[in-house]
Amino acid sequence: MAELWELSARALRDAVASGDVSCREVADAHLGRIELLDGQVRAFVTLTTDEALAQADRWDQARAKGEALPPLAGVPIALKDNFCTRDIRTTCSSKILGNWRPPYDATVTTLVRESGALMVGKTNMDEFAMGSSTENSGLFVTANPWDLNRVPGGSSGGSAAAVAARMAPLSLGSDTGGSIRQPASLCGTVGVKPTYGRVSRYGLVAYASSLDQIGPFARTVEDAALLLNVISKHDPLDSTSAPLATPDYTTSLTGDIRGLRVGVPKEYFAEGIHDDVRAAVEAALEVFRQLGAIVEETTTPHVEYALASYYIIAPAEASSNLARYDGVRYGVRDFRADDVLSMYELTRDEGFGPEVKERIMLGTYALSAGYYDAYYEKALRVRTLVKQDLDRCWERFDVLLTPTSPEVAFRIGEKTNDPLAMKLSDICTIPINMAGTCAASVPCGFSNGLPIGLQIIGRPFEEATMLRAAHAYEQATNWHQRTADL
Amino acid sequence: MAMAVETKIQAVVGMEVHAELLTESKMFCGCGTQFGAPPNTQCCPVCLGLPGSLPVPNHRAVDHVLRTALALNCTINRNSIFHRKNYFYPDLPKAYQISQYDIPIGSDGYLDVHVNGEIKRVRIKRVHLEEDTGKLLHAEPGTTFVDYNRSGVPLMEIVTEPDIHSADEAREYLIALRRILVYIGASDGRMEQGSLRCEPNISVRPVGTDELNAKSELKNLNSFRVVHLGIQYETARQSLGMQRQRGEDYGATATIPGPPPMKVDLGDLGLTQETRRWDDANLKTVSMRTKEYAHDYRYFPEPDLVPVFFDEAWIERARQCLPELPEARLNRYVDQIGLPEADAAVLVDECEVADYFDAATAAYSGDAKKIANWVQGDWMRLFNAGSRNWAALKVQPEQLAQLVQLVDEGKITGKIAKDLFETMWETGKAPAELVKEQGIEVVGSEDQLNPIIDQVFGRSDKLVADILEKGQHGKINALVGQVMGATKGKADPALVQQLIRKRLGLD
Repeated sequence: MAELWELSARALRDAVASGDVSCREVADAHLGRIELLDGQVRAFVTLTTDEALAQADRWDQARAKGEALPPLAGVPIALKDNFCTRDIRTTCSSKILGNWRPPYDATVTTLVRESGALMVGKTNMDEFAMGSSTENSGLFVTANPWDLNRVPGGSSGGSAAAVAARMAPLSLGSDTGGSIRQPASLCGTVGVKPTYGRVSRYGLVAYASSLDQIGPFARTVEDAALLLNVISKHDPLDSTSAPLATPDYTTSLTGDIRGLRVGVPKEYFAEGIHDDVRAAVEAALEVFRQLGAIVEETTTPHVEYALASYYIIAPAEASSNLARYDGVRYGVRDFRADDVLSMYELTRDEGFGPEVKERIMLGTYALSAGYYDAYYEKALRVRTLVKQDLDRCWERFDVLLTPTSPEVAFRIGEKTNDPLAMKLSDICTIPINMAGTCAASVPCGFSNGLPIGLQIIGRPFEEATMLRAAHAYEQATNWHQRTADL
Repeated sequence: MAMAVETKIQAVVGMEVHAELLTESKMFCGCGTQFGAPPNTQCCPVCLGLPGSLPVPNHRAVDHVLRTALALNCTINRNSIFHRKNYFYPDLPKAYQISQYDIPIGSDGYLDVHVNGEIKRVRIKRVHLEEDTGKLLHAEPGTTFVDYNRSGVPLMEIVTEPDIHSADEAREYLIALRRILVYIGASDGRMEQGSLRCEPNISVRPVGTDELNAKSELKNLNSFRVVHLGIQYETARQSLGMQRQRGEDYGATATIPGPPPMKVDLGDLGLTQETRRWDDANLKTVSMRTKEYAHDYRYFPEPDLVPVFFDEAWIERARQCLPELPEARLNRYVDQIGLPEADAAVLVDECEVADYFDAATAAYSGDAKKIANWVQGDWMRLFNAGSRNWAALKVQPEQLAQLVQLVDEGKITGKIAKDLFETMWETGKAPAELVKEQGIEVVGSEDQLNPIIDQVFGRSDKLVADILEKGQHGKINALVGQVMGATKGKADPALVQQLIRKRLGLD
């Protein structure tokens, strides 16, 4: 008899809907597991136990009255701590926000509440989403459930770890340069970055406005699709939200990818990819062939410039987005200051961690008079070239396959003194944010017990095809059935 | 007063005007824009810049700017984009202002302005859209309060080329610009309330050159009068400064006739790019140079907003919606109605007054000049006395037309019409009704008057003798007066005069 926390979101949802189990039981099981494990994993910044139980009771009562239940009723979910949650502490894992409680919910938070999912807590992250290991959290470091001495990836490390440790079947993260996909890869879960504009950013604390997107973590593609259904809605409060109807992503999970045209951009397989990762991804390509897909090598020549231009564009936007943290209206303030300027300086000096400061300085520099053309504007032009490379691919292919991360989970502390090495973790994921299209990571193997991820890139707004490919591969393999030993 | 013609130095002025736009809600959120609400009660996550908030543009505000740009003969930039202007200040919640930079909604326009009888074309460099900041209230030393009610209110910025060369030109420009803004309903243009703000940029140069020297920007000017004084002063100050700097004599002096007369502070003649404010107590400009940081705003395109695309249909609709603009209206009054330009200018100055005039003339079949006289005369006098309260105005334009019609038809005298008008003003009753009520219809026919004249002649033998035998024709007025008295003023004095003269055998 499986434990409730072993079940997929789909199975839990069905069990609740049919009355086999109550929301309360589901909540208790997961909250119990969190209590048992989170001391070691440290995925959560804030637990919202009362909230989860209250919602559980609410939906149990609704069911008892015979009311129809919303699509995720009774399914526990964790939210990355850069999602605004009304009256619930939201930190972005930064000291500068202190104990700030937003007076409003992010649109996605509202959608999650309305879906019936039970919010169990807010998860740890790299501070303001800047990082690839969650070691930049201003609060504490999260551990990878597969090896507690290793990082879960970042910046959505807490959300990835929570799902990998089965403390919740679903979680949400944000992805600006790979911050959902890379931790998904390192933690052996499914992670999806939707097309830019597919999911509302209203209430997502901004890091880089033209790159940020919210997306799901889950242990199966089907679960991810269920959550994607809930969050993919046009939002009039977000001017960059695409005015598109939401398909039912679960209907595309047919298992059939015969004739699917799969491109493999060779630049993603250059040196620097770990041997086991390369081997696992190539084996995955073989599975696609066996499933009837047409797999062919292709090229995206400008991808080598994507990382460098990302590290101009993202910090530039971040330097502007983070300027509002000044001690005036919310968060912490250094009250020793005598004048406004000192207040700004002291507050920001104490409140921000070193990585955040570095990126703010870099971004400010790239935008400043005399440098704007050479850096920021140039980076925007490179971005267009990167996007055009992918646009050309879409003429011939339905999806592209690459590794998600060049390596598996590294030790905590291993790269903190080598920021450049740290940033190379995102070399396979960044181009997708730059182009604005969608991509998912699914487990495709192991290296010494550490998960390896396969990245499946889809055409803009064609998450359905991307998920179909991901699901077909998943069902033809067993990787998703292997779980961390906690 | 323009600068004295003898000086060989010229003011070079560009005007920067900010106008708060008339919209129900703010530029990027649904908060209200009404003036005077208790502090921080018209705010939301967006205009407070809370983490995670995002802007959504106010369509009406965009439309106001589009129509203003069209009214100012600008080229409309079809794909206009917003930019972030980044700087730190407590009244700026996001630490950036969403504004426009290199692709404003309108550019390269012009406004023709009447100055001292001539027409001067002022080129408009750009018209763009942005959001306002909050307001700081300095209380006891060391304490400042911030009110974010104003944060996010839509603001339009209009910048000219440095085409203006005197305080008079600047003032006329401001007046004409403000008039257009009020005409098209984009702003209510109240400098005292802050819904219209003006910052002149002033430098000087020797006449005949096209130098553009370091300019000072005047801020915190809260009336047209102060703008005028500020420009006069600053021009004189910089002229003296340039004289000293270059060792040349340009004929500049420290005395400014004004009025009021002003004197340049000779200890403050430095020429540098700076911000200055007007000191009304001492009638001079003062540098605001504090610890001035290089203003690098690090403009970049606003990633949270998509470009505003103006298609042909939208532009055409906006053009159709433009009311008849002041210049065109003035020309129509002069050319078609035959009003003297000065009179037309008075009517056209306020859109609602001209609307009233148009409505009255539409209901009137006679010479519109008569209506114009009424509007500029008794109507304006009473309107001003009643604090220009449109809401309290009872006399409908059609009723004014009726009144003038009655005079035309000889049914009432001009003098009686004036009295009647005052009653109309107070009661809102139609003139025909009042005439009936008061029974003041002119006693106008010969048949009605002759008996009365008989009576008056009957008792005025001596007067008649004086007139006829001694030639004292001035005393005819006394006879007229008696007839008028007998009719209680209801007779037409001209007719009475005519009949009496006839009776006397004089005509």
